[in-house]
This record gives sequence, structure tokens and C-alpha cells, in this order.
Amino acid sequence: MARLVLPAYTGLVVAYLFLPIAVMAVFGFNDLQGRFNFTWQGFTLEHWANLFNTYPALNQSLINSLTVAVIATLVATTFGTLIGLALTRYEFRGRAPLNLLIFLPIATPEIVLGASLLALFISAGVSRDLTTITIAHIMFNISFVVVTVRARIAGFDRALEEAAMDLGADEWTTFRKVTFPLIFPGVLAAALLAFALSIDDFVITQFTAGQTVTFPLWVYGASRIGVPPQVNVMGTLIFLIALVGIGLWLLLQRRQASLSAIPSEP
Amino acid sequence: MSNWLRRHRGLVPYLFLVPGGLWLILFFVVPLITTASVALQEGSLGTGYRLTFNFGIFAESIARWDTQLLRSLQFGLIVTVLAMLIGYPMAYTIAFRGGRYKSILLLLVIMPFFTSFIIRTISWKFILADQGFVLGTLKDLGILEPGFRLLATPVAVISGITYNFLPFVVLPLYVALERIDPRLIEAATDLYASRLQAFLRVTLPLSIPGVFAASLLSFIPAVGDYLNAELLGSRNETMIGNVIQRLYLVNNDYPQAAALSLILMLGIVVSVFIYRRMLHGQELTV
Repeated sequence: MARLVLPAYTGLVVAYLFLPIAVMAVFGFNDLQGRFNFTWQGFTLEHWANLFNTYPALNQSLINSLTVAVIATLVATTFGTLIGLALTRYEFRGRAPLNLLIFLPIATPEIVLGASLLALFISAGVSRDLTTITIAHIMFNISFVVVTVRARIAGFDRALEEAAMDLGADEWTTFRKVTFPLIFPGVLAAALLAFALSIDDFVITQFTAGQTVTFPLWVYGASRIGVPPQVNVMGTLIFLIALVGIGLWLLLQRRQASLSAIPSEP
Repeated sequence: MSNWLRRHRGLVPYLFLVPGGLWLILFFVVPLITTASVALQEGSLGTGYRLTFNFGIFAESIARWDTQLLRSLQFGLIVTVLAMLIGYPMAYTIAFRGGRYKSILLLLVIMPFFTSFIIRTISWKFILADQGFVLGTLKDLGILEPGFRLLATPVAVISGITYNFLPFVVLPLYVALERIDPRLIEAATDLYASRLQAFLRVTLPLSIPGVFAASLLSFIPAVGDYLNAELLGSRNETMIGNVIQRLYLVNNDYPQAAALSLILMLGIVVSVFIYRRMLHGQELTV
């Protein structure tokens, strides 16, 4: 009996974590009359069918979010991975200030990051649009990428690289054939994290967006006059797509694990 | 190129650092300096701003927004303690009892992040609504007074923030607990420690690095949050984030807004260092 307390408790917390998501998904099927999607009025697939042809501004906001997320993920993952490699594989001066520079953006509340960027853009006379949002997203993602990639690189065996070099590979070949494949799962995890953080960001985006609207900003604006069920449907879709992404990542990891488990030549 | 690099090997790490480091300096450090200079300017959008080194603005802002500053600190502390109380047993279960379900359970913890933060908060607004399916049903059954409400109370705001940052608490706690060698706990029980004593004197102290990281990851975003107060609260739950947001984006009162964001940031840095002292100098790495 006592042994069941902790697992049961954990199940309850998981249910708590998923409650608002379930509510979101269910009310994407609500056949509502009027503007407020607050009470259950019957089942319909209409909002799934009319997902993209009811609110053009909502579609545009989704395209904006995806554009920002893709660019920010690519740039932040590249920059962050390079820093992660430098931190784990090289000795150099200035490690302490660099660690502080990586740590501080994570330790700063989002509102301060967003507000400071806005102060900079206003002072410099830069108008806010998709570019300023992307600049901001790259900035807050770099630290998260460094932390994720560094954790992965820290656990890897330098002897593998030395072996490649001993066998006559130059530095670039060694990186391409040995180092990169080994750190790839970490880089991929960092990229997924960056993408998720970027597509979901509200606070920093609100400060750096000007008149441009991303998906979270559109939902926020709509929440004052009643959120249309199309938002629930899109939220559900994004959730499902993320699930598929994670599934693929797990498969990749399992395949890598089974590949490395193949016994070597006797 | 390759030869040049070989002769200047020491430069390689710096080349790796340049793009990301420069980006962080340009778009994190420089904006903070700009914020400091904006705070010390006087004027308005119409008449323009002049740097007058008006240091009085900090005292003035603290005096003017002291309620919201204190409330943010208070909400941040309550949220951190609550999230720790909810998250620790869960992290403990996953780490010591998870078995082969460990990675699935961890995935379940981070999965809420796959739906938008704002959609989840709006969902809570809906769940907690006065006549929503939870409160409405309880009222119809006569369990609750008809006038009972959760929305627009501190309870709603605090639970909203706790919900949002709970996964940030579970993950670092799990990492710290997972590292503990179970044989240490066995040794304690072999030496006649009760289960509670073994937990209090072995497991808990060894998990302190996780507790430190987890509390930072919930306290910092909680103190600066304004979305939960805006969507789930009323005017009586306004936090400092709401004030900064309004001053910047609605009132265009940049000096005051800049001063308040610096106060918020400094307040957090100081609390982090005091807290680190209390926990005997934890490493500042996440």
C-alpha cells in the first residue's frame, strides 16, 4: 500500500500538468454559438475543416512564428554549439567571464531581456519587425544551446579523435567523421529546445515585435474578445507535431544505441 | 588557412567564441547598458530625452511601486516553495522508482511545453472560471457558496505561475537525485537510520545542488511574470512585470520603466547571491 503512494502521486501531478492541454484539445471540437468558447455546446469537426480559411491574420501570425523559429534555431544552434565546443575542448583565458555571459541571460527575467532590447532599439532608432524579433530569439536561445550541447560533449572520449588523427585524418575530416556524429544527438536536442522556446515565446516577442504579430501575440490579442476554436485546433496540431518530432528523436537515439552495441570484430 | 590555424592553435577557441559571444554582448550586455542610461535620462517622447544622471529615479520608483515590488517577491517565494513541494516527490519517484519508465516520465514532464504558454494560461482561466465546469458544478451541488471565486484572486495567479514553472523544478531535481548512489541510502539504513532519517541526512543534503538550480529556475521567471497576473488576476494582483510592461508599451514612460527593470534585475541577482550563501556556495551553472 505504502509503496503505491509515490507512483499514484506522480500520476496525479502528470494529470495536473495535462489538464489545461486536454481542455484545449477538447474545446477545439466545440460547436460553439457566439464568440466565447467557454461552455460545451456539441461536437463538430468544423474548426478542423476550416482551420486556415477563417482568420487570415491568424495564418500570417503562424507563418511569422515559424519563420522566426526556424531562423533563430539555425543561427542559435550554430553559435551555441561553437561556444560549447570551445568550452569543452580547448584551454583558453577568459573562461570565467564567458561562463557569466552564458549564465546571465538564463538568470535574467524575460521581461528585463525584452525591455532592455526595446530600450536599445528605441535609442538606436531601429523600427521593430520580424528582424528584431529574430535577433532577440537568437540572443535568448544561445545560452540554452550552450548548456545543452556542453552537457553532451563533456561526456565524450577525446581518445576517439586522437585515434582518427593517428590514422592520418586531418582536423576537418576528424571533425566531420568523428566529432560531429558523436555530438549530433546533443546538437539536435539543443535545436529542438531552441525551436520550442522560440515558437512559444511571448514576453520578449511582445517587446520586440512592434506591429508584427506572432502566433502567441495573436492568441493574446484574441483572448480579450474571445479565443476562436481555431486556436485550440492549432495548439493541438503543434502539440501533435512536437510529439512526432520527439518520437523521431527517440528512434534515432535508440538506433544509435543499437549501432554502438554491435560487437566489434573478434 | 589550415596551415595558418596550425601555427596559431591558441586562436581556435576564440574563433569559435566570436559569433555567439559577440551576439550576446551586442544584444544582451549593450541593451542593459542602454537601459541604465535611459533610466538616468529625463524628458518625454514629445520633447526628447536628455541624460541628466537622475539617480533619484531609483528611490522614486521603489517608493512609487513598492506594493507591486513586494508582491512580486512574495508571489515568487510562494511559487518556488509550492513548486518544490509538488515537484520534489515527483522527481524523487522518477529518479528512484522510475525503472524503465524513466525517460517516458521525464518526457511527460516536459510535454506541456509543446503547447503554447499562453494557450495553457487561457485554459486555466477557463477551468477556474466562476461558472466554469469545475466551480459551476461544485456550486450546483451546493459544496461551494454561490459567491465563491478563484479567478481574480491571488490563489489563481499563484497557481497559474506554479503550474507554468513546475517542469523547470522537476528536471534539475531529477538530475541531482539521479546522481545519488543508492548504496549510500542502503548504508544509512544498514546503520539503523529510519527511512525518514536516511532521507533527511543523506538524500536531501545530496540533492541540494538540484534544489538550488530548481529554485532559481522557478523564482526568477515567477518574479518577472506578468501574463498570469494579467489573465488570471485583477488589479489587486498586479505584479512588477505588469507595471514595466505598461510603462514601456502603453505609457511610453521609458526612464521609469528602465529604472524598474534594473531594480528587478538587481533584486534578483542580490537574492540569488544571498541564497547561494545560505546553501554554502553552490556553483552558478545551470
